[in-house]
Amino acid sequence: MAKELVIDISRCTGCEYCKLACSFSHHGEFNPLKSRIHVTTFISRSMAVPVVCYQCEDPWCAKACPSGALSIDRNPKDGATVAVTVNESRCVGCKMCTLACPFGCIVVSEKHAEKCDLCGGDPQCVKVCRAGALRFTEPQASIGGKRKGVAERLLKSYEEA
Amino acid sequence: MWYGWTGNVLRVDLSQPLVTVEELDRQIAENFIGGRGLGVKYLYDEINPATIDPLRGRNKLLFVTGPLTGTGAPGGNRYMVVTKAPLTGAIGESNAAGAFANAIKYAGYDMIIVEGKAQKPVYLWIDDDRVEVRNAEHLWGKTTSETELAVIAETHPDTKVACIGPAGENQVLFACVMNDMGRAAGRSGVGAVMGSKNLKAVAVRGTHGLKVADKTGFLTAMQAAYKAIDTPDTEHFHQTGTPGVLSLVKEFGALPTRNFQTGVNPQWEKICGEKLATTISARKNMGLACPTCPVGCGRVTKVMNQKFAGEGVGPEYETIGLLGSSCETNDLDAVSKAGFICNEMGMDTISTGGTIACAMELYEKGFLPMKDVGMPLNFGNSQAVVQLAEDIALKRGAGALLAEGSYRLAKRYGHPELHMGVKKLEFASYDPRALQCMGMGYATNSRGGCHIRGEVQDLSLYNVQHWRITKDHNVGPVDPHRWDDKPVLTADVQDWFCIIDSCGMCNFMFFLAMDEDHARSLIETATGIDMGGYRGLMKTGERIFNLERLFNLKAGLTGADDTLPKRMLTEPMPDGPAKGMVVHLSEMLPEYYRLRGWTPDGIPTRKKLEDLGLE
Repeated sequence: MAKELVIDISRCTGCEYCKLACSFSHHGEFNPLKSRIHVTTFISRSMAVPVVCYQCEDPWCAKACPSGALSIDRNPKDGATVAVTVNESRCVGCKMCTLACPFGCIVVSEKHAEKCDLCGGDPQCVKVCRAGALRFTEPQASIGGKRKGVAERLLKSYEEA
Repeated sequence: MWYGWTGNVLRVDLSQPLVTVEELDRQIAENFIGGRGLGVKYLYDEINPATIDPLRGRNKLLFVTGPLTGTGAPGGNRYMVVTKAPLTGAIGESNAAGAFANAIKYAGYDMIIVEGKAQKPVYLWIDDDRVEVRNAEHLWGKTTSETELAVIAETHPDTKVACIGPAGENQVLFACVMNDMGRAAGRSGVGAVMGSKNLKAVAVRGTHGLKVADKTGFLTAMQAAYKAIDTPDTEHFHQTGTPGVLSLVKEFGALPTRNFQTGVNPQWEKICGEKLATTISARKNMGLACPTCPVGCGRVTKVMNQKFAGEGVGPEYETIGLLGSSCETNDLDAVSKAGFICNEMGMDTISTGGTIACAMELYEKGFLPMKDVGMPLNFGNSQAVVQLAEDIALKRGAGALLAEGSYRLAKRYGHPELHMGVKKLEFASYDPRALQCMGMGYATNSRGGCHIRGEVQDLSLYNVQHWRITKDHNVGPVDPHRWDDKPVLTADVQDWFCIIDSCGMCNFMFFLAMDEDHARSLIETATGIDMGGYRGLMKTGERIFNLERLFNLKAGLTGADDTLPKRMLTEPMPDGPAKGMVVHLSEMLPEYYRLRGWTPDGIPTRKKLEDLGLE
């Protein structure tokens, strides 16, 4: 089964290491503005939430793209990773995709659209997320884990009458 | 071509106002790296420490980043505020982390030098290369979080802000500079200097990227450093934050209690990190992190108790140790409330707690009359601690007396020996009688009774054995009560911390896991310089430490200031694991001077200075 970028917001510390790893990996420089993953921190609740492209099954951005530059690609390296991918040679930088994406996860920078490409199956952001808020895994495993967590919480709250 | 560094220095003369950008001096950058080293060198060259009044316009205020600030180095998120400090009259170098530090780099600067004094309250708005001195009359009087939010609202959503609160405006001698909603460049009154210049805030938005000299090399160094820090110790520190340190310090009998009358607080469990995690912590075992920090030690807390209701960032271990244990409030609600007030007012929690504890001892011993303070000031009076935190910041009533710090307070009431600090800077939350290394460090650290510009106590407290220093000296577990091994360890660790504080990284990375080679490979691959191996790295640290010494000597301090309160030297610890101990400073200090290549009076010899390229 294809691996996906799985986010656990209960683990995020808001360190934004993912942002710098992303910009360095794609642009060779440390620049949070050039990152494809972003984090918002809510200090009063001691929470932080990463936002990144969720690789739609039927992507809004691709549907809006007039030049056919966006497609769902199966990574040729491992054949398993599936990512909505920008074909830079086709992209004209019209920004329709940025208007279509409901999540703000595609931008136009340096003349063409840019979005998370899962680093071709080896996402760099995951490698610097010590807290474990970002994982690259089969979503079923992660969702199963979440369900188990809920079950454990329920178990704790249960007191025999 | 500049890598790691941006190569630009932003200079703002508030008197004119005049904004200029100049190129960073390459030679100085290579010899002093950044942060602490670079700041001290520029300040030393530009002002006369002997004649400058810290709170007059001729003093300068430097915001200095390091070459790793804003890069992907773990914890590479720090800036240093460097100035002549009003509390101590010595070198002031206060460090803080946060997106503000990184923004300075992304805006294209390594350092901001603020000179002169504005006629009216102003703030500095740095939008990449567009720099404005803006009116801040409407912000004067606002708390630090109010100021930060207001400045962001009137500039740009991506703006990062460092500012002062009312304490800095009122020139409380231990006011700090706050940034990113609760991080503090805390000690020795750098916020008062900012206030004296009528500078309310520095707001920065940076959009440029930061390049490193050797991309592949840097990535390798970064991954090695990251891998090193991914340990159970780091996870523990993430879960408990600095408050977790309390249960550790208590084991050594080093937890300051009743203004350092003893290191044993029988009620420690009421204020320990584990208690905090299960009571007032916004989230259990979960902290927030500064940029690119794999640790995440930040706490957010909420106090429901009506008497001390509030919420905010903190309290850190030092805050709890001073406001909680040393003032004997032993009440996390009260400590947190006082801490929130300090943060909002922009005031150092360590000196606030240390000064209130000193006032309490003066009061209990009958030296400080009730009529001068207007309230009973016995140890344990939580209400008084919270009240005084605000009164000090606003210089209201008795607060005005305490706003000058414990040295001046104790001296005013005829008992300077009750000031628990060195060079007029209040001690952090470790009784040095229980940790001989701490005594050595307090006595000789450049900015005074400070625990963090040379953390030799880490060797005992955290049993650090992963540094080259510890391996070189064959250090096994360090006996906290032994003193003959401390001079050499203190000198080496002080030099090593000069590097840590200069590179732009957080020192927590280093006591937790990283070593000298991690730091050196990150600095070298980021900047492209050759530091000359481990020896070269340590020599750079030694150069920085000696320059600070020269600054202090010029400012009028002498070897006689490398001392400790009489209590630490002559009154044996009354109880606990360190019972019977005093600090053996007179045995350690001459050996320390000798190892440093200083005269018996504590003055660096010509030979030493030539060797370090300082003559």
